[in-house]
Parts: sequence; structure tokens; C-alpha cells
Amino acid sequence: MVKLTQMTVHETLDGLKNKQFSAVELTNEYIKEIDNKKELNAYVLETPEIALNQAKKADSRYAVDAARALEGIPMGIKDLFCTKGIRSTACSHILDGFVPEYESTVTEKLFAAGAVCLGKLNMDEFAMGGSNETSYYGPVVNPWQQDKHLVAGGSSGGSAAAVAANICAAATGTDTGGSIRQPSAFCGVTGIKPTYGRCSRYGIMAFASSLDQAGPIAKDVKDCALLLNVMSGYDEKDSTSVNLAVPDFTKVLGQSVKGLRVGIPAEYRPEGLNEEISAYWDKGIEMLKNAGAEIVNISLPHTKYALATYYIIAPAEASSNLARYDGLRYGLRIPGEHLDDMYINTRTEGFGREVKRRIMIGTYVLSAGYYDAYYLKAQKVRRLIRDDFMKAFEKCDVILTPTSPTAAFPIGDKSMQENPINMWLNDVFTVSVNLAGLPALSLPIGLSSEGLPLGLQLIGKAFDEETVFKAASVIETEAKFERLK
Amino acid sequence: MIIEGKTNKWEIVCGLEIHCQIISKSKIFSTASTKFGADANQNVSFVDAGMPGMLPTLNKYCVHQAVKTGLGLRAVINKYSEFSRKNYFYADMPTGYQITQFQYPIVGEGIVTIDLDDGTTKDIRIERMHIEQDAGKSIHDIDPHKTFIDLNRAGVGLMEIVTKPDFRSPEEAGAFLRKLRSILRYLETCDGNMDEGSMRCDVNVSVRPLGSDEFRTRCEMKNVNSVKFVMQAIENEARRHVEVYENGGKVEQETRQFDAVSGQTKAMRKKEFAHDYRYFPEPDLPPLILTDEYIKQVADELPELPDAKKARFVNELGLTKYDAAVICENKEVAYFFEKAAVGHDAKKVANWLMGDFFAMLKCKNLTIDESPVSAENLGKLVDLIEKNVISGKIAKDVFEIMSETGEEPEKIVEEKGWKQVTDSSAIEAIVDKVIANNADKVAAYKGGKTGLMGWFVGQVIKESQGKANPKMVNDLVVKKLS
Amino acid sequence: MAIDKQTVNRIAFLSRLKIDEDKTEDTQDEFNKILNWVEQLAEVNTDNVEPLSSVNDNPLVCREDKVVEGEQADKILANAPVEEYGYFVVPKVVE
Repeated sequence: MVKLTQMTVHETLDGLKNKQFSAVELTNEYIKEIDNKKELNAYVLETPEIALNQAKKADSRYAVDAARALEGIPMGIKDLFCTKGIRSTACSHILDGFVPEYESTVTEKLFAAGAVCLGKLNMDEFAMGGSNETSYYGPVVNPWQQDKHLVAGGSSGGSAAAVAANICAAATGTDTGGSIRQPSAFCGVTGIKPTYGRCSRYGIMAFASSLDQAGPIAKDVKDCALLLNVMSGYDEKDSTSVNLAVPDFTKVLGQSVKGLRVGIPAEYRPEGLNEEISAYWDKGIEMLKNAGAEIVNISLPHTKYALATYYIIAPAEASSNLARYDGLRYGLRIPGEHLDDMYINTRTEGFGREVKRRIMIGTYVLSAGYYDAYYLKAQKVRRLIRDDFMKAFEKCDVILTPTSPTAAFPIGDKSMQENPINMWLNDVFTVSVNLAGLPALSLPIGLSSEGLPLGLQLIGKAFDEETVFKAASVIETEAKFERLK
Repeated sequence: MIIEGKTNKWEIVCGLEIHCQIISKSKIFSTASTKFGADANQNVSFVDAGMPGMLPTLNKYCVHQAVKTGLGLRAVINKYSEFSRKNYFYADMPTGYQITQFQYPIVGEGIVTIDLDDGTTKDIRIERMHIEQDAGKSIHDIDPHKTFIDLNRAGVGLMEIVTKPDFRSPEEAGAFLRKLRSILRYLETCDGNMDEGSMRCDVNVSVRPLGSDEFRTRCEMKNVNSVKFVMQAIENEARRHVEVYENGGKVEQETRQFDAVSGQTKAMRKKEFAHDYRYFPEPDLPPLILTDEYIKQVADELPELPDAKKARFVNELGLTKYDAAVICENKEVAYFFEKAAVGHDAKKVANWLMGDFFAMLKCKNLTIDESPVSAENLGKLVDLIEKNVISGKIAKDVFEIMSETGEEPEKIVEEKGWKQVTDSSAIEAIVDKVIANNADKVAAYKGGKTGLMGWFVGQVIKESQGKANPKMVNDLVVKKLS
Repeated sequence: MAIDKQTVNRIAFLSRLKIDEDKTEDTQDEFNKILNWVEQLAEVNTDNVEPLSSVNDNPLVCREDKVVEGEQADKILANAPVEEYGYFVVPKVVE
């Protein structure tokens, strides 16, 4: 028999509706499984009591046929989301013991739809990192070939690993430069970063405000669609959220892609691209072609500048967003004789190395005399990158690329530890999408020769997640990727 | 003002930056109350406290107030404006940055006309006005080793008005601040109380040899909190510059502190590293776009402003320029006057207002809104004099009772029986009586002592208990004695 | 634009971070490596290109002037490392 924890969200919902099991039974299974898989280090805080309480309420709703969209679905929440009464730290030492008195809009919507909170998930500190190694709570271990101690990816590494390892039915993630898609690819799960403005950022600790977006990480495309249905929507508390109707994203799943124009950007196949990844990409192209889609060659000429652009804009915004962590009103405080000493002591001790690095880079590129050369220049190139996509979307409806240039790599990889730029290069296929504010989904396409999952990325027009879901569901059906048991 | 140095004549060049707290119910970027005087940290939202994940949302009414103020400053309203972050660490700035406007302010160039003591006016150019959030308060005097932080004020909306360096004397700056305060109060966009900190002034001062048009190094004095202190700071700082230059020195560009006790300015401790605010566009707030329709709608709501009102009082009501200026400086006074003057002799109302009425308020230490004498009753009192119901002398007694009881003047006159006697036969009888009883004085008068005329009039009025109309008495006495 | 030790220290102070004396050089090297790398943007022609700071073209939507939050000093101070008499407390601020 299939274990309850191995089921997708939509299968679980069916089981709950048909009273095959109760939400409490289900939640208890997950709590047990979390206990069994502690060595993954996916959770930084478990909330079994809260979960069981919510599950009980879910059962009483099922009893009277009043179940909501995600009634009784046990979820893990990335620690970047502020959850009322539940410690939220962004996996940073500087937020030691911080318990918000408020709830993020996205988690509020999820819980209001009946989702159950299993706990807070590990991540790179303040979502800065691509391997989960910058977490104050230590790296997450990729559940694939666990003995090899590979990274789960980042920054939503805990989310992707927990979904892959069946220690939550689904998870929230956030994506500033690939933080949902890259760990999803590394862990063989599906994740979508929706269009900038689709989900409210209220209550999510800001990394780079103009790039951050929340999204789901789940076991399949349909789960992602179900979750995004709930997470999306205009929020008057976030002035950058967009007041547009949210369609039912599940409606398009399984629809024909006949005549759909799929763009293949030449710039995403640089010389030296991993051959396996290249081959899987071709396979994905074939799948869509066989389903009746039209394959179109496109060009995104400024792609090669996306990383440098990103690593100016994101640190700049971060340097300002993280100024509030000063030891004055919450979190860690390391005393000092005068106020500035307290600030310096607290921040020096409270932030990890990567975060400090980015704060300093960001401070520098905004400082007097350098603003034009770095920040302003990057904002101009950002426009060119977005314009590239706009032009490309005149010729196609959706774009297909690999998600990441590699599969999961070992924890503690030397070349990346020694040179941060090597780590940043992992984001090469994902950052452009954030700079342009577009929706993009990563789904598993197959395993590498070493048996590690690889992912493909589908990029859509702004606020056209539906086309992304439609194409993804075709590839998913054809790829028949086998999830971890 | 020209400063006579030892070797040269110098001219003051001064500009002002004024922070004005916006009148609104909630803060500019959060939904906490702006009310003054709450317990510490009660009027604070999670946004104001810079809690993780909190985002600003712009208060519609603050935008309205800013546009209204811009129009009141006869300034350009920018249909496109942007918010920026000004980054610096400070205990009462919870996010580590202030949300303000930098490159694209909501209000552009404008003009404020100031009235000078010699009766002339001068146009002061406004460089720009932008909106931003206020900081909280650091309290340093509770404990010698600790600073206490109250965030109630953090996030209250501010308008920062920046003038061009158009002031040539402390008096001009003083006149500007009074006019600006008056305009803001008419607009009801800021209460303009410098002593409570709802209007705060930064002063930039430099000097140059008279006749030159150069701009020399300026010094800034922040948060000077009264008109008098601003004027003192300008004069003393300018004199300091003159002294430095005349002794062959160089003025350093710096922020100085104004000491209200000595009236002098002093250099502040220099920071190891100068501020670098690292302004950049606020990514949490898209650009603010205003339409022509919206701006017109706000313009249509604009009240008559002090200059326009003053001109109307002079041209239509016949007030002197001086009286009109005094009455119009304060909105409440101007509104009170208009109410009192309607249908009555405006000039006489103005005289009463500026004379006995103001004296009464001052004596009782009341504001005009608290006056026991209503505008209507003041108008009626003037009317009673005009219609010869009471004499000017009796009117003073009536006014005194009005200011005690708040009663209507007619009622007082009625009750006291102070109505003026205008019945000529009644007055004639008294005149006859006085003449009959004072035959000696009549003889003396007729013998050439015409100065006794006044004595007779006085006797008649006395006999009438003050109620006889003085003019009628005068006419009758002249007639009877001739 | 290679940056010197003094700049590294100035940036650290602006960021309210401390770099140990023996780490300054490493930080400086790393900084220069990163800056060299991002300077590839210089080769992009951005003449007549407007900077993009907001990907959504939607203008700002304003909120009504209503008081919603407040009277919650307890919640505001709930996480304060040091709190006295309803105030946040910090070491003396030196002007």
C-alpha cells in the first residue's frame, strides 16, 4: 500500500473527502516521518501541536462537508514567512527567538484554506544562497542519495527536500533569483515562481523587494496549481501586488498544446553546457513538439549580463532591507558601550558570511560616486533584459530552458566556498526571470547518469501562469518522473 | 540687511528647509494613529516598528494634503513622482532608512509672497516640496547611560518645503515663516506649531560681499524651533562668517547647532565618516501618478488664502492695508472678522476687533475660538452705535458685560435701560432745565466765554444719565444759547 | 575600479559591520574580484535606456486615511531585547 505521506496533495484531498483516512491520522503520519528523517535537517522548527489542532478542525469540517480548498493538507513553511506566534528567523542568528505578532498574507491564505502547519523549513540565511549552506542551522541534505551528502539547493532547500522526502505534502518557497526553481530541480520536485505581483509579499522577510516572490513547491504540477490558486491574489497591504483576477490554474492542466509556440533561446545553450542537461532539454522539446506545439528559435541577447545585473540589484536592495536588523527591537542583541557599538557588534555576530558579503556589496554600489556606474547601470541593463523577453514573446507563448546548469553538488564544495562567484553561476538560467518579473516553473525531467534529478524550466508571459502550467503538464505526463518513495 | 564689516559690506544669503507635519488621521505609510500625547509606543503599527516583512502603503489623504499645500504655494504639481529610500542608522529610524522623495518630488517650483515691515512685499521662490515619514523620538534624559525610544511619531507624514536662497535678512526669513504658517493653517494641512515640533526649520546661511552674485560656503543649522531663533541664528551665523572672512579664514561646510540660550551657533562633533545616504528608488512603492482631473479637483477645494483675502478686505471692505494684514495673518481671526462684519460697517468692526476685542482676549488669555463675545454679537454692537441706539461710550460698558456674560448687546442695552435718548423734545426739556438752573454760566457764555459750550453739553448728558445723543444735545445747546 | 582598504572600512562602517584587521585584505580582494566581475556590464550600450526599478507598470494604489492598527504597545515590544516603562532601551546615543 502507498504510504499516506507519499501521496500528492490532490490525491490526499480525495482520500480525506472519501474518508479513507482522517486529517489527524495523516498529520500523525507526517509527524512520524519528520522524526524518521531528522538527518535531512529540513525543518528548523516543528509545530506538531499546532498541526494536530488544525488537523482536528479539518476533520470536523470534513464531517459536515464544509471542507475548504486545502483542508487538512500538512504543509511546511519556509522560515522566511512570518507566522504569528511561531518563531520565524529567516534561518539567521540575528533573528534568534523572534516570534511575530502577525501572519504573512500567503500563509494566512493557506491556513484559511485549511492547510496544516507542520513547522518551519530550513533555508539559506535571508534567502541568500543557492545551496542552503548559509543557514544558521546548517545545510539541508538532499534526500536523493543521502549518503553522498549533496546539497538540496537553495535558498528554499528545506522546502524542496521536505517535499521530495515526503515529510510534508507541499511547502511554501520564495524565489528572488531561482530559490524555488533550483532546489526543486535538485530534489526532483515541482515549483513555480509566479509573476511578480501575483502573490503578496506582506509578512515575508524581504531580501530584494523588486525580485522576491512567493510560490509553492510540491510533488507535481497539479499540486502547484492547487496551491497557487490559494496563495495568489491582490493584497492592499502590498503595494506591489497586482489587482488582477486569479484564474483557476488547475483548469488548463491536460489541455492540448496544439499550436502553442514554444521558444527555445539560443543563449541558454552556451558552449560547455552539461551534455546530459542539453539532452534532457532536447527531450523536453520533443515532448512538446509531439504534442502538437510549434518550436520556435528565439534570442535573449542580454542573457549573459543577467547574473552581474542581478548581483548588483539584489545586494543593493538587501543592504537596505536588512538595515532593520540592528538588535534594537527584536532578535539578537550583542551589547556595546554606545549605540553604534551595539549595532556593529550585533550585526557582525548576527549575520553570516554570505549575508555580510552581500550587504557590503550592496552598500558599495549605492554609495556616493558609484551609484551611476553600478546600480543605475544595472537597472538599465535590467530593462534591456526585460525587453528581450517582451520581444521574444511576440514570437512565442512560452519558453523552455533547463533550470540549472548542474545537478546537486556536494555540501562544502571547495571551488564554491572559495569563490562566491562560482556559487552564483548556478543561478545563470533562473535570474533573468526575476529581473523581468515573469512566471517560471521547474519540473523534474529525469535522472542524470549518477541518478540525480534534473529539471526543466518553463517561462511564461507576465500573468500567464496558465500557459506555463499547460505546457508543464504535458512534459510531466511524458517524462513519467518517479518521485522518491 | 547689510553687515558692515571692518573692510567690506556683506550681504546675507539664506535658504530654509521646513519640515511640516501633515494633518491626517493615520500615518503616511501605515494605519497607526497620528494623535499626539499617547502612551509610549501605543500609536505604532508593525510597519512603523520596522518589523520583518512589513511593507509601506501610501495614505491617500497625505497625497491630497501635499497637493493642496503645493497649490497653496503656487507651485507646480508633478504628475509623476517617486519614493526613495534614504539609508542611515539611527535609534528612532526603525527600518534603517527613511522613505522620502528624492529625484522626483510631488511638488516643484512655487512662490510665497512675504510682507515686510516697510509695507513692501517680496516673492520668495520655493525650490520643491516632497513628502516623507517622520522619525520616532529618542529620550536621552531619563537615564545617564541609556536612551529610551518611543516610536509614536515614527511614520507621521511630513512635507519638506525647500526654498531657494532668497532671504537677505533675518526679517525676511521671519516674515516667510509667518506667512508659510498662515498659509498652512488656512489650508489645514499642517498646524504650524513650531514649539510643538509640528513645523521644524533647518537654516542654511552664507554671506557674500555686497554687490556680488557668488555663492559662498554655507552652513546648516538643523531643527531651529521658533521664528525668533531662526532670525537669531541667521544673524549670528552670518556675522560669524563675516568675521571668519575678514580675518582671512575659510568657512567650513558643516552642520552647526543653534544654542537658544546664547543665541550662537556651534560646530557639532565631526563624524569619523560623513553620511552617505545611498538614496535609491523605494522598491516597495511603485511611482505615484496624479491626473489633471485630480489636481483640478483639489484646486477647486482650495480656500481663499491670506493674500487674496487681504486684497479683498482692502478693496471691497475698505480696510487699511495694515488692518487687513493683521486680521488675515490668522485664519481664525479672519473668519471671525468676516462673520462679524457681514451686513455691518466693516471698518468699525475691524477697529473694535483690533482694539477692545483683542485686548479682552489678551486680558482673559483666551484664543479667538474661546471668545465669550461671538462674531455676530460684535457686529450687532457696532450696529447699535451706528444706528445711534447707544453712544460709543456706553458701547464700551456694553462690551464689558458682553465679555463677561456672552449676552447679546441689544438685550444688555434693553435691560440696563441704556438706550440713547433721541427724542428731541425730551432732550430739549433737559437743556432748558440746565439753562434755567445756571443763569450765571449763561451770562458768562453770552459775555464771550464760549468755552463753556462743552460744559453745558456735558451737564445735559450727565443729567440724561449718559443716554442723550451727544450730537442732538450739541445742536440744541447751540440753538438755545444763541 | 579597484577599491582600497580605507574604502572597505568605510563600507563596513556604513553597513554597521566590523571586519577584523587580519581579514581586511581578504575582504578587499574578494570585493575587487566581485566588482571586476560585475563590471562586465560596462560593455553593454545603455545610451537612451531608462532604468527599470519596478517591473509592474501599475501605478501606486493609495489607501484610505483610516486608523486600523494601534493600542498594541505590548505586541510592538513583545520581542524587544530590552524594554523599560514601555520604551525600547538602547545604550546612550552619542551625538
